[in-house]
Amino acid sequence: MKTIHTVFFKEITENFRDRRTLLTALLMGPLFGPILFAFVINLSVKQSLSNESEALDLPVIGQEHAPNLIAFLQSSNINIMDGPATRAAAIEAVTNGEHDVIIVIPDTFAQDLAALIPATVEVITDQANTQAERESRRARRALQAYNQELAALRLTIRGVSPQVMRPLNIDEVDVSTPSGRSAILLGMLSYFFIFALLTGGMNLAIDATAGERERGSLEPLLCLPVKRDHLIFGKIFAACLFMAISLSLSLTCFYFTLKFMPLVELGMTPNFGPLVVLTAFLLLVPFALVGASLMTMVASFTKSFKEAQTWVSVVLLAPTLPILLVSILMVRPTTALMFIPSLSQHLLLVGLIRNEPVNILHVVVSVGGTLLIGALLTWICARLYRREGLLG
Amino acid sequence: MIRVNGLHKSFGEVRAIRGISFEAKDGRVTGLLGPNGAGKSTTLRILYTVLKPDSGTATIDGVDVVGDALAARGRIGTLPHGSGLYPHLTARENIAYYAMLCDMSPEIIDARVQTVIDQLDINDFADRRTKGFSQGQRTKVSLARSLVHEPQNIILDEPSNGLDVMATRSLRELIRQLKAAGRCVLFSSHVMQEVAALCDEIVIIAEGKVAMHDSPDGIRNATGCADLEEAFVKAILTVEPAE
Repeated sequence: MKTIHTVFFKEITENFRDRRTLLTALLMGPLFGPILFAFVINLSVKQSLSNESEALDLPVIGQEHAPNLIAFLQSSNINIMDGPATRAAAIEAVTNGEHDVIIVIPDTFAQDLAALIPATVEVITDQANTQAERESRRARRALQAYNQELAALRLTIRGVSPQVMRPLNIDEVDVSTPSGRSAILLGMLSYFFIFALLTGGMNLAIDATAGERERGSLEPLLCLPVKRDHLIFGKIFAACLFMAISLSLSLTCFYFTLKFMPLVELGMTPNFGPLVVLTAFLLLVPFALVGASLMTMVASFTKSFKEAQTWVSVVLLAPTLPILLVSILMVRPTTALMFIPSLSQHLLLVGLIRNEPVNILHVVVSVGGTLLIGALLTWICARLYRREGLLG
Repeated sequence: MIRVNGLHKSFGEVRAIRGISFEAKDGRVTGLLGPNGAGKSTTLRILYTVLKPDSGTATIDGVDVVGDALAARGRIGTLPHGSGLYPHLTARENIAYYAMLCDMSPEIIDARVQTVIDQLDINDFADRRTKGFSQGQRTKVSLARSLVHEPQNIILDEPSNGLDVMATRSLRELIRQLKAAGRCVLFSSHVMQEVAALCDEIVIIAEGKVAMHDSPDGIRNATGCADLEEAFVKAILTVEPAE
């Protein structure tokens, strides 16, 4: 016990003096996620909000053929502009991104309309361009509305109620709560937190194994009358502490950046108060043991600090895999899934942010299962440390 | 007292040592001499328990290095080849870390650390972080670190590597002090002058076998060479090469 304690404090002291470790553990890891997140959210919120409220500039070719349609479009917050001279030029303009969407009204429009033949209106757009997709949807919606209005008028003239055209009245009832809607967006947060947690201990885990071997300080250390298991335990626990610090900084940092995000304007009220931050910390922190032992294990196979860095970076990406799969497959949390580290933390965190009642069984299985797997990995590390080949 | 009896060790196809036996007594300096790749480091690594022999035994003060590695390690202070320090800790902290790991009681650690700092004359840089230390400074701190728990047996693997004249002299002085204090000092080297200047006994190793084990004078007599270097060359030629 005393050895573990001694190694633990030595690793902590040493790494607090190492600028590289401090930079990654206490600055890069915790700040990277929230800042990137805030940036992306702000950008996308601004875009979607401006799209709805601002008038859409819409080039229309052949305006003279459909003055009523033009008037209707103008009344639905669309600025009609003069487009390119010809249809060919319009396609060209959309292809090279000059315009996102262009409407072409053929000269037969008025004639067809009068003859009750469906009159063609062309919407030229690039479906591969997401920005254009939003604008063309607005244009199409406006055209659709005009279409319905004309149809209703035609029916009324013939003495038929426009109601006959609507046998169904589809009414969607959205049960998502503002915090539920946030969860979709904030679901990716769990990876930022796990990422911050792992980067926090990364340098220490590498330094304590591959780094120590490279510097030549491992061999004299192993010559001391101490058990190798205790040395490795001390190192893994030290990495855990750095991971926990990094995680708590990341959560705190996110708590503050969230205040500057225009989430309410998106109809979201994220459930991310101080109590949630604390709960999130407690739910996520068991993953530190898995992360620290996994990194130590990977690093003890490598020959140098550089090689270890390469392989340990792979460990940084590993936790994304289950999170990604679940996000794509839209899996609901089950007790069995709670045995999978990183995934269980992700599901619990999402539930927390959605403000759903905490499932105690899930929490127990997640914390217990993660700690168990962490303990198993730690044990494997200790076995690896007993190898002769360790010194390379 | 270190006793080595018929040690064998192979790394895959390579037979690093093939039956090494010798004894290093208390109050004497024993030199392990041999060309590069002769098996010196392998032998020493078995003694400080980071390698396990394929066959044969080794004991430190009667404690078997395989059977009770922990107790054996407690009786030795080692300076492995290319020993490194922790760059972000001061020299004093590096030494104190080892003292704590050797389970010394906290009250005596400070005093004991100061004693080895005085002994190795490293007061000038004892409280500086070891990052950027010269090779000589590093070796001194590593030595101080390995002596902090007052081991009866001291195993040094090529301690004079990379040391300048002054540092080599103070290293020799230290080894003589340890000998005078009744310690068992075993060190490896491939530098003839060093071995000649220090050792009471020389174990010449070549091709993983002991070519000769005697006092410097004994070796000179046995080979009929007045010059120890000539004697060394002659001795290693007596060993048939490993297949």
